Amino acid sequence: MKHSFLDHHSHTESPIHHLDARAKIIVFFTFILIGVSSPPTSFFLFGLLAIALIGIALFARLPLVHLLRKVLVVLPFLLIVAISIPFMKKDGVGGGYNLGLGSLSISRSGLWVLWNVVIKSCLGVFSIILLSSTTTFPQLIKGMEKLGSPKIFTMLASFMYRYSFILIDEVYRMKRARDSRSFGGRWLWQTEVIGHMIGTLFLRSYHRGERVYLAMLSRGYQGTMPETTASRLGLGEIVFLCFAPLFLFLRITFA
Amino acid sequence: MTPNKVVEISHLSYHYPDGTPALRDIHLEVYQHESIAILGPNGAGKSTLLYHLNGTLMGEGEVIILGIPVEKNNLKEIRRRVGLVFQSPEDQLFCPTVFDDVAFGPLNMGLDEEEVRRRVTKALETMGLRGFEGRSAHHLSEGEKKRVALATVLSMDSEILALDEPTDNLDPAGSRLLIERIRSIPQTKIIVTHHLSVAVDLCERAVLLDEGRKIEDLSMRDLLRGRTLLARFGFDADYAQWMYSRSKG
Repeated sequence: MKHSFLDHHSHTESPIHHLDARAKIIVFFTFILIGVSSPPTSFFLFGLLAIALIGIALFARLPLVHLLRKVLVVLPFLLIVAISIPFMKKDGVGGGYNLGLGSLSISRSGLWVLWNVVIKSCLGVFSIILLSSTTTFPQLIKGMEKLGSPKIFTMLASFMYRYSFILIDEVYRMKRARDSRSFGGRWLWQTEVIGHMIGTLFLRSYHRGERVYLAMLSRGYQGTMPETTASRLGLGEIVFLCFAPLFLFLRITFA
Repeated sequence: MTPNKVVEISHLSYHYPDGTPALRDIHLEVYQHESIAILGPNGAGKSTLLYHLNGTLMGEGEVIILGIPVEKNNLKEIRRRVGLVFQSPEDQLFCPTVFDDVAFGPLNMGLDEEEVRRRVTKALETMGLRGFEGRSAHHLSEGEKKRVALATVLSMDSEILALDEPTDNLDPAGSRLLIERIRSIPQTKIIVTHHLSVAVDLCERAVLLDEGRKIEDLSMRDLLRGRTLLARFGFDADYAQWMYSRSKG
């Protein structure tokens, strides 16, 4: 079975895809940092960030609609919290609704908080999606490693990436086996089966972990993952990296 | 010990943690550049025996690899010399890319970057996988996974290759391709398999195990002629006879 739910579009051919992961990590994280640290009134800066992100997405030949749809998947979780803020804040009424049963008022500062959360999360999520859509997961892990991320984190992430696919396949196989032998039944009966499946999955993963560890030992593993080779930062990376100081300058000047 | 004896196993017994005996008093000698097949029914102890060759399991008795006894202190040396390929490539391939997996062994051996790259390229070429370096294991077919798994130990330049069911789960074409690749490898090979045809294609000697005991150790030609022995292990004697006449021809 083939999956690419984690880094969809990361195998597309474009100049952005060919850049070293380190350059992309630095630039996109700078974008997030600038977006988050700017006051909610810095419309000009938010606009520039949005233009830069969309520009990069187009240059990377990524379908904008697909990226925006991905942003929308993440946003509801943030909005559930943010949407209530204008109703909770008590200062400076910004507007009101009469619903027949009683009136609801919206506070001005609450609206600002909502705007703040929405724009910053949109830009942040868009940056991350752009990073993961232009960089394969293995490259991302290697980039993080070269930028000094603790080895234990990158190791865990790479194992998780490698084995998540196998785990998903295993779930599908178990589900198929269950469906071909089950004929409906009460909801309670189903939960019991699901419980057994989760238990079986845990045991299988646990045993696989042991076998993988033996395979690692067989090839000379002594407790630390060997160093992987480093690539060089070329002209393309340096040009792309210029985004970071440029936006830092804009952040200081305009916000 | 004669110079070309690469594996020497004597009085080897092993019990599973629950006390079930898996190997009982095994004796085995393997010589340089030999290819031997370990055959037997499920649960005969074939894989268990294989795991003793590089110290993955350690039972009672003695296992000597190229003159070095398999002991805790020698494991690093032993694992450099014995390349063990597990049955499931999903266990063998644990890195994000094919390159990382094939480079894992050489990097652990402390080789420099240039040598590691040279070995990875050579191992992948031997397995017919040129250009697969950047691929992820989960995007490969079962046959490709099996070949990458083999490349992960070829890159270590081990003198002995221990393969657990190398053609398991492969379609006939994939199986044929893998057999040809394995045959082209000059190292000493110890191959665990259920398939008589795989054993005949790759090995000149057969060791038959049952219930943890070594039942027979004979040349492949003698095995193919031994109808009683073949029948005991559930092999098709007529098919074996055909393979025997083919090998003579």
